[in-house]
Amino acid sequence: MADSKTETKSREVNAQLKSGKRKQAGSGKDNARLMHHLLAQMIRIRRLEEKSYELYTREKIRGFLHLYDGQEAVAVGVMEVLEREDAVIAAYREHGQALAKGVSMNSIMAEMYGKTTGCSGGRGGSMHLYDKETNFFGGSAIVANGLPMAVGLAQAYKMQKRSSLACCFFGDGAVGEGEFHESMNLASLWELPVLFVCENNLYSMGMPFELAEAETDLLKKAASYRVEGERVDGMDVTAVLEAARKAVDYIRSESKPWFLECQTYRFRAHSMFDPERYRDKSEVKEWKKRDPIKMFSERLMDEGLLDEKQLADIESQAQQEVEESVGYAEESSDEPIETLSRYVYSDMKNSE
Amino acid sequence: MPEREIAEQKMSYRQAVREAMREAMNRDDRVYLMGEDVGLYGGCFNVSEGMLEEFGKERIIDTPLSESGFTGCGIGAALGGMRPIVEIMTVNFSLLASDQIINTAAILLHMSGGQFNVPIVIRMATGGGKQLAAQHSRSLEGWYSHIPGLKILTPATVEDARGMLWPALEDPDPVLIFENTTLYNFEEAAPVNGTQVDITSAKVRREGSHVSIITYGIGLHKSLKAAEMLSADGIEAEVIDLRVLRPLDNQTIFESVRKTHRAVIVDEGWKSVGLSAELSARITENLFYELDCPVERVCAAEVPAPYAGHLEKASLPQPENIVETVRQLGGIYG
Ligand SMILES: Cc1ncc(C[n+]2csc(CCOP(=O)(O)OP(=O)(O)O)c2C)c(N)n1
Ligand SMILES: [Mg+2]
Repeated sequence: MADSKTETKSREVNAQLKSGKRKQAGSGKDNARLMHHLLAQMIRIRRLEEKSYELYTREKIRGFLHLYDGQEAVAVGVMEVLEREDAVIAAYREHGQALAKGVSMNSIMAEMYGKTTGCSGGRGGSMHLYDKETNFFGGSAIVANGLPMAVGLAQAYKMQKRSSLACCFFGDGAVGEGEFHESMNLASLWELPVLFVCENNLYSMGMPFELAEAETDLLKKAASYRVEGERVDGMDVTAVLEAARKAVDYIRSESKPWFLECQTYRFRAHSMFDPERYRDKSEVKEWKKRDPIKMFSERLMDEGLLDEKQLADIESQAQQEVEESVGYAEESSDEPIETLSRYVYSDMKNSE
Repeated sequence: MPEREIAEQKMSYRQAVREAMREAMNRDDRVYLMGEDVGLYGGCFNVSEGMLEEFGKERIIDTPLSESGFTGCGIGAALGGMRPIVEIMTVNFSLLASDQIINTAAILLHMSGGQFNVPIVIRMATGGGKQLAAQHSRSLEGWYSHIPGLKILTPATVEDARGMLWPALEDPDPVLIFENTTLYNFEEAAPVNGTQVDITSAKVRREGSHVSIITYGIGLHKSLKAAEMLSADGIEAEVIDLRVLRPLDNQTIFESVRKTHRAVIVDEGWKSVGLSAELSARITENLFYELDCPVERVCAAEVPAPYAGHLEKASLPQPENIVETVRQLGGIYG
C-alpha cells in the first residue's frame, strides 16, 4: 500500500545518506532535493491532518482522532534514515509516522473512513494504522503498549542476524508506564537494535510533563538502563534527521538500543474532545512561532535552496494528494456485514 | 525424515512438557524459550531443567521480572518470524502481562485487518490446591477464554502435555497453554516421541450412559475419580475432557449430552459469570428438550483461595462433591 512516488524518492535519499554522499553534497543538487523532500513530507502530513480535522467535523471520520500538527519534523526526520525493512511501531497519534514510513495516503484516509481499502481494512481506524508492506506495525492506543513489541521485533532481527532495527515512537506520557521501563531494560540488557523515540510534547492529555515525572531529564532515565541517547529540537527536521542518523549508525554498528528525545509540541487539542483547559493559548501561540514547516521553508528560502514556485508546487502536490485520498475513500466500499467475524483467527473456522 | 517409532514410556507431566519443548526446539530453530527462571534455575516448577545446558542461553532466555515486557517481546519476536515459547510462572502473574496478551496478541490480527497474526505460545501454571493462598491459586483460564482471538489449551493428561505444544507452535495465532500445578508430578504412559494430538477437540475420557461430566485440567482427574465411585453405585458417568477452552468443541459435548440427557460441569474456576455458565448456557440453548434435568455445576466457592488447608479443600470441587451432585440429579436412579 506504499505510495510509489514517495517511496522511490525516500529510497534514493536513503541511498545517498548511506553512501555519505549527502554530507558532501553540501549546497549541491542532491542536498536541495533532500531538503525539498523533507519539506514535502512534512507538508503532506500537515495537509492530511487539516483535512482529517475537517472531515471529522463533517462526521466522515468518527471515533477518536489525534492529530500530529506541530510534530511533523520528528516523524519525517527519523523516518528518513530508516530502511524499508526496519520496523516502525507507533502509537495512536500516528498518521504522520505512517505516511512518512510510506503507507499511502489513500489507504490511511480510507482507513479513517472505515472502508475495506483502508490500510487496516477498516477494522482499525485512525488509531490503528497497520501496513505489512512497509513494516508499519501500528497504531497502538494503549499508552506504551507498543514498546515491548519493538523489543521483540529487534530480538527476532538479532536472532536472525538481520541488520534491521525496530523503531518505536511514543509520547512523554508513555515514560510513566512500566512497559517503557521494562522495554528499555530488556533492550539494553540483551543489546537489541531498538531506536526509542520519545516525542516529548510536554503533555499527556492534560497532564503537564513536569507534573508527571519526578525526574524530567529523560536522558538520565535512559542512562539508568545504560541506554545511550540524545535530546534534540523536535521542531527542526534536519536536526532530527542528523540525530536519528547518529542513532541509527550507533544501533547498527553496536547492536545496542538508543534513546532519542525529541522536544516538540502538539498544536492542536489532544483529541477532538479536548477543551484544552490545561494550557494557555499564549503558550500554543508561542510554540507556533516555531512551526517546523514554517521555520524550515523560511530557512531554505534564506539559504537559496527553495523559491516560491517550488514551495507552491510542493503545496499543490500535497493538496492534490489529499483531495485524491478523500475521493478514494469516498468511492471505496464498505465491508459487507457477512464477513464481520473475519480476522479473529487466521483460520475462519475457529471463530466461536 | 526416518519414521519415528512410537514407543510408550511412563513419564511425568513435567517431563512431558519438557520433552515437548526439547522436541520443538530440535525441530525448528525459530523456537526458543523465554521467561523468569527458565534457565539457571531450571524453571520454577523444574519444567525446563537441563535445557539451558542443552540449548544455550541464546535459546533458553532468563528474563528479569517484567511480565509485560517479555510477553510483549515474545509478541514482537513472533511478528518478526520467530516462534517463541513464553513461560509465565503462574497465571496470577500473567495479569501483569494481560495488556500484552489481551490488548495486543489477541487482537492484532483483527486490528490490522488480517495483516499481522501473532504466532506465539504462552505457557503458564494455573490452579490452587497447594495452600498458596489467594494470590497464587487462581484458575483464570476460563477468564482468558472469554477473549476472542486467543486459543486456550488445558492439557490434563501426560499425552496432551507432550503433544499439544507442537500444534500450538504451528498455529498462526496466539495460544495460551495452562498447566495445572498439581499435575506436574502426575505420571502416565505416553508416547516417547510425542504423537500428534489435535488442539481443536474435546475428548471422551470415560464412556458412560447416565450423565455427562464436562470438565478439563485437574477437574478431569477429580471427575474420573468421582465416576469410579459412582460406578460402584450403578451410575455410569461419561467424562468429557474439554482440552480446549476456546474455541469450545460443541460437537463432542452435545453428542455426549444427547446420549446421557444429563450434564454436570466441573470447573475449578468460580461459578459466577464464568466458563461453567457458558457451558451450561450452550447446553441449555441447544439441547433443552434432550435434558432430563437441569444442568448442574460443581465449581470453586466464591471466595479468594484461603490459606488454611481444610478451608482451601472445601473451596475447591472434590470428587465427593461431584458424586453428591450427580446422585441428586433428577431421575438418575431411574
Ligand atoms: C494505558 C493507557 N492509559 C491511559 C490512556 C488514555 N490516554 C490516551 S492518550 C493519553 C496521553 C498520552 O500522552 P503521551 O504519551 O504524551 O502522548 P501524546 O498524546 O502527547 O502524543 C492518555 C492518558 C491510554 N490510552 N492508555
Ligand atoms: Mg505527550
